[in-house]
Amino acid sequence: MALPSYATPVQRTYYYAYLFFCSVVFFFLVAPLIAIVPISFSVSPFMVFTDGMLSWPPDPDAWSLRWYQNMIGNCSADVVSSTVPCSHKWMTGTVNSFFIGLTATFIATTLGTIAALGLSRPHMPYKGLIMAILISPMIVPLIITAAGMFFFYARINLVYTFTGVILAHVALATPFVVITVTATLVGFDMNMVKASQSLGARPVRTFFKVIMPLILPGIISGALFAFITSFDEVVIVMFMASLDQLTIPKQMWAGIRQEISPVILCMATCLVALSIFLLTTVELLRRRSERLRGIKSR
Amino acid sequence: MEVPISTAELLTTDGVPLKQSLKKAERKNKIRAFLLVFPLLLFIIVTFVMPIGDMLLRSVDDTQINTVFPNTFSEFKKWDKEKDELPPEEVYKALFEELAYGDKIQVGRALTRMNYSKSGWKSLIKNTSRAIKKAVKKNEFPDSYKDFLITANDKWADPTYWYAMGQMVNFQTPIYYYNAIDMTYDQDQNVIRQEENRRVYVQTWIKTLKVSVYVTFFCLVLGFPVAHLLANLPLRYSNLLMIFVLLPFWTSLLVRTTAWIVMLQQQGVINGILVWLGILNDDGRLSMVYNETGTLIAMTQILLPFMILPLYSVMRVIPKSHMRAAQNLGAKPATAFWKVYLPQTIPGMSAGGLLVFVLAIGYFITPELVGGKDGKLIGSWIAYHLKTTLNWGLCAALGAILLGVMLVFYWLYNKIVGIDNIKLG
Repeated sequence: MALPSYATPVQRTYYYAYLFFCSVVFFFLVAPLIAIVPISFSVSPFMVFTDGMLSWPPDPDAWSLRWYQNMIGNCSADVVSSTVPCSHKWMTGTVNSFFIGLTATFIATTLGTIAALGLSRPHMPYKGLIMAILISPMIVPLIITAAGMFFFYARINLVYTFTGVILAHVALATPFVVITVTATLVGFDMNMVKASQSLGARPVRTFFKVIMPLILPGIISGALFAFITSFDEVVIVMFMASLDQLTIPKQMWAGIRQEISPVILCMATCLVALSIFLLTTVELLRRRSERLRGIKSR
Repeated sequence: MEVPISTAELLTTDGVPLKQSLKKAERKNKIRAFLLVFPLLLFIIVTFVMPIGDMLLRSVDDTQINTVFPNTFSEFKKWDKEKDELPPEEVYKALFEELAYGDKIQVGRALTRMNYSKSGWKSLIKNTSRAIKKAVKKNEFPDSYKDFLITANDKWADPTYWYAMGQMVNFQTPIYYYNAIDMTYDQDQNVIRQEENRRVYVQTWIKTLKVSVYVTFFCLVLGFPVAHLLANLPLRYSNLLMIFVLLPFWTSLLVRTTAWIVMLQQQGVINGILVWLGILNDDGRLSMVYNETGTLIAMTQILLPFMILPLYSVMRVIPKSHMRAAQNLGAKPATAFWKVYLPQTIPGMSAGGLLVFVLAIGYFITPELVGGKDGKLIGSWIAYHLKTTLNWGLCAALGAILLGVMLVFYWLYNKIVGIDNIKLG
């Protein structure tokens, strides 16, 4: 995309302006995420860059791990600050988030993968309609879903239970699994299934020995999408979860609304690290999947 | 010369006509495919579609009050409003009995509903109930229930309350929908606009649409060049730069919202930099958060990946030779871009635009946190009625209208790009 050597000065100006504009947008996209990382190591209870942090040479007194210690529930005297309460809520939230997220991911991935297998068969009746229904939880705004589920689950006493939250999260997460696995199944050579069956394998064995190894990258990325959907979800837990089902997003929400504490930024930093990890994994899986299916990378 | 064509049906080895046999196999395949999808379909219908349906029914539901005052309402329907100014004795009698023996909690819920139709019902019924219960305790039953009630509270002689009751006697009511667009009934059951100081929803709807349009526009303006750059760079650079787009996409919404509060607040990073650079003086710090500016900035950043990704996937397949060919034929770069390149990106722009718009219109978390007092969008009102006022009918009606708007755009999206073309990552 370099500029041709015969470009006029005007074209050159435009080109550099364009590159500058793009860099500004890239900066706009990631700057807020990067800015919170140093602040989370600040000693100050306010979410700002203090003078000590910006001074040169670096002032070691301006930096500390106290908010991280607060986050993991270590409430010793040098950690506690008058404005920031110390509690085990963040750790409870982490445990609950992982429990809800992993359970929902397991159910969603199982149901979604089986459904995707059916959807990519050539004989599937009413494919468009069924696909629309299966994808709908992703399309409908969360606040509407939350309202509807709150009314409905209240009737059957599922509000304020783990079961209710998990069921809701499975419903929200399955579209991602269906979409990714269906996409992986495009171009899947169905003759391999026939070959396996003609060699005497039953459908279940065929699935685990032939289909699954080939579409595994798709299943794993679907599962990661499902996990992050549940892990980040805040609207449903706001209405359907009590304090017993406190999750990280619910605790963050409460943190932002009530006490703006720097502990939120510690958790946010951890979550950014988690998302970098997930993003890398999904990208590597996508490349592997394309290689497995023999699709040349562009 | 004619070749003789066999008109006999083709048979399989079992003697079944081939057509029939194929049909049977086809049906078997269909059932098998369907059985694979069935568990998830059932799951989604029970855990998602039914709740949404339940919400839609609730938005017109008026059953509760009808189970509290069944006799009153059935007597009420017999009242000839032309002939008598006030309802007949039977209505007063039924009301007396139903208030005297009704379940306290149920009556309480009915009162809340009655207040939506006309304010004043709650206090009226409450102090009438007290009088009735006192009388029943002493075992004093009046000869004329009408006179008794009017003595207890003279509002029972005010026909406007009785007219308002007319709104509740059916099991379905459109009142929540009217309320959701700032309409109400007057005493003659005509639909009119709410009083000036109670109008909130129309302006919120307009604000929601306005914010969504702005965010979509900003996303398009910021996203188009970036998508173009990503699509035209060699793969090893564009994959690297893609991380800048995908990282926010994968990061928790709350993290990004918090990050924007940190950036934009009065003592925040941006104000700090501007003061440090000497562009602002220390008392002139900009207020960029807890108002509409904050909502717009944060929502644009949060939704930008949804614009860039579809645009990128469209731009990547536009051959680079098109622009060169156009310029070769004598078009200036700007003309070539306008006439050749831009039209080919329209599918991407519409896909990204609709995606961002549809997501923005239902947004709730970010406007609630960075929008401040007047940054509330319609999602915040839904949450408010769900959690705080417990006016679930109105909550459901607002949700239903929002859902309707969404479905229109979703339908458009399907027309333009197709639902199967949704791509992730």
